[in-house]
Amino acid sequence: MTLMTKLLGAAAGLALSAGAALAEPALIFDLGGKFDKSFNEAAHNGAQRWADETGGTYREIELQSEAQREQALRRFAEAGANPVITMGFAMADPLSAVAPDYPDTKFVAIDVTWLDAPNIRQIGFAEHEGSYLVGMMAAMASESDTVGFIGGMDIPLIRHFGCGYAQGVKAVNPDATIVANMTGTTPSAWNDPVKGSELTKSQISQGADVIYAAAGGTGVGVLQTAADEGILSIGVDSNQNHLHPGKVLTSMLKRVDVAVYDAMKAGEAVETGVFVLGLAEEGVGYALDENNASLVSAEMQAMVDEARAKIISGELEVAAYYTNDSCPALDF
Amino acid sequence: MEKMPRWADVVLIPLISLILAAAISAVVILAIGEDPVAAVRLMVDGALGSTYGWGYTLYYATNFMFTGLAVAVAFHARLFNIGGEGQAMLGGLGVALVALYVPWPHWSFALIFAVAGAALFGAVWAAVPAYLQARRGSHIVITTIMFNFIAAAVLNYVLVNLLRPAGSMDPASARFPEAVHLPTLHEMLAPFGIAFSKAAPANVSLLVALLACLLVWLLIWRTRLGYEIRAYGHSETGALYAGISPFKITMIAMIISGALAGMMAINNVMGEAERLVLNATEGAGFIGIAVALMGRSHPFGVFLAAILFGFLYQGGAELALWTSIPRELIVVIQALVILFTGALDNMVRMPLEALFLRLRKRRA
Repeated sequence: MTLMTKLLGAAAGLALSAGAALAEPALIFDLGGKFDKSFNEAAHNGAQRWADETGGTYREIELQSEAQREQALRRFAEAGANPVITMGFAMADPLSAVAPDYPDTKFVAIDVTWLDAPNIRQIGFAEHEGSYLVGMMAAMASESDTVGFIGGMDIPLIRHFGCGYAQGVKAVNPDATIVANMTGTTPSAWNDPVKGSELTKSQISQGADVIYAAAGGTGVGVLQTAADEGILSIGVDSNQNHLHPGKVLTSMLKRVDVAVYDAMKAGEAVETGVFVLGLAEEGVGYALDENNASLVSAEMQAMVDEARAKIISGELEVAAYYTNDSCPALDF
Repeated sequence: MEKMPRWADVVLIPLISLILAAAISAVVILAIGEDPVAAVRLMVDGALGSTYGWGYTLYYATNFMFTGLAVAVAFHARLFNIGGEGQAMLGGLGVALVALYVPWPHWSFALIFAVAGAALFGAVWAAVPAYLQARRGSHIVITTIMFNFIAAAVLNYVLVNLLRPAGSMDPASARFPEAVHLPTLHEMLAPFGIAFSKAAPANVSLLVALLACLLVWLLIWRTRLGYEIRAYGHSETGALYAGISPFKITMIAMIISGALAGMMAINNVMGEAERLVLNATEGAGFIGIAVALMGRSHPFGVFLAAILFGFLYQGGAELALWTSIPRELIVVIQALVILFTGALDNMVRMPLEALFLRLRKRRA
């Protein structure tokens, strides 16, 4: 009996040290799944880039249920994964429960900035600043003076996107009309291209000729229909310009891929604390490549870059929806 | 005379259906280049091989017991309640209001009132379609499924605009106070010297679910009301002739059904998350339909089927964690089980019935 326990103990010790020696990073995708062409896929791209460059391997899981959030965190932490990278604000609460139990494991939380724990690297993005810039571009590209916004679900994060966008639109054209819709109220709202397409048609019938989609996989339908109907669209999170060359005005970049890549590169030594990546840190921005070069005039680019410089220097402040749960430019 | 013995109906048909589902799943796993034997071993080991696995399996099973019972009770009155999802969502709201706004001295009081709150909210949400069915003839399948979407919209509005604590971006209520924390199986079994995994979310609501199974059995087979519900389910005109009011039975069966679905929230909202999140029910209301079908609407069958689906959920999670089998495939495996036990029931039943009839003839 004692021999058995000793053996088991030794085996467990071995397993533990093996885990510590490996210390693979782990990546937990949110419910949207890793190929959502947007938020989660950006993380996947960053992780893949790290794996290709270093030859390293990492563990990953695509969550299927709420109860798995805490489960996946604990399982990866117990298996010795370090750092454990999580995607999305919904991981905040499970993290606050799990992180103190594994003080030697570093956690990296994307889209979380309000936790108080010494072993979490919390990364937020100033989405309103990036959205402001693409809002300006939308207003300049619009001929009908009506632009659209299609969000995933009516939650604070998406209002935050919409709010920055609306401010950008109004900054260029105070009389512009902004048509805003949310896709749905269930998680399928993040992955419903058909509904995205219907909303796009509805907004076109209301006069919109540039539509910004901040709706995860739903945005694929928005971009598709906008291209089919001959109007412009704006992608989100990843650079989506290439999906319909010449039809996507720009994409609001949220460099989740860079954040994930940096965290994996730093490995166990990753610095913890709260980091908000805005225009200055190039955490957000607008995409310009050969696919949309013909759509963005020199004048447009100059104006946007000027605004960008002003925001970085602090001369221009874009109101964040979070500050007091309201938006000066758009009602939800 | 029955076409085949009862044991064949209750045990053999689900078993054969399961084996068929497993066989096709194995083919699918082979087709994507993974080892089906290793996958099954990982699922069994991950879901049943440790108290940790059991803790998750039983946690999911508790959810499915409530929603399965909810569908089963309505089935007995031949009402197809596919609104369990929405009723459970609203039940969550009831639990959250009880847990957040009343200073409870002890979790046991909180649990009793949370059960009441969850049951009340779920029952009210089911009562509206029931009334529309009984008085206006609006088909209950259509109305209950539409009420799921309304429930999601209501919950979205309440969480984003009313219950969300200031400063949080997460559309969820505040964490419930420590006093309403339900004991997990770890805490319940520790005094008896049984070391149950600390991380697993299974909690005292499992006992409530078991109690609910027993009460539903008593209700359906041992009370006058249960008799009336079954009589109405077998023949509406016959029940009417016997003096049973269709309005009354429709309302009562759906209210009980909705209350049971709502009570699921004490497990997932109060027991596991300890706060109300947007996506709290995550399809358990729909799984309840499969559970009730597979369990032949009998509380003990529902109990067994709920454990099976708990196993599929937890085993599926382990597959997702440790193999490269994509999560879509795990959904495929779960869907195959539902397909064979629910929709393709007659495919197994008819040949079996014919077989038993032939055997009997030969003996005669």
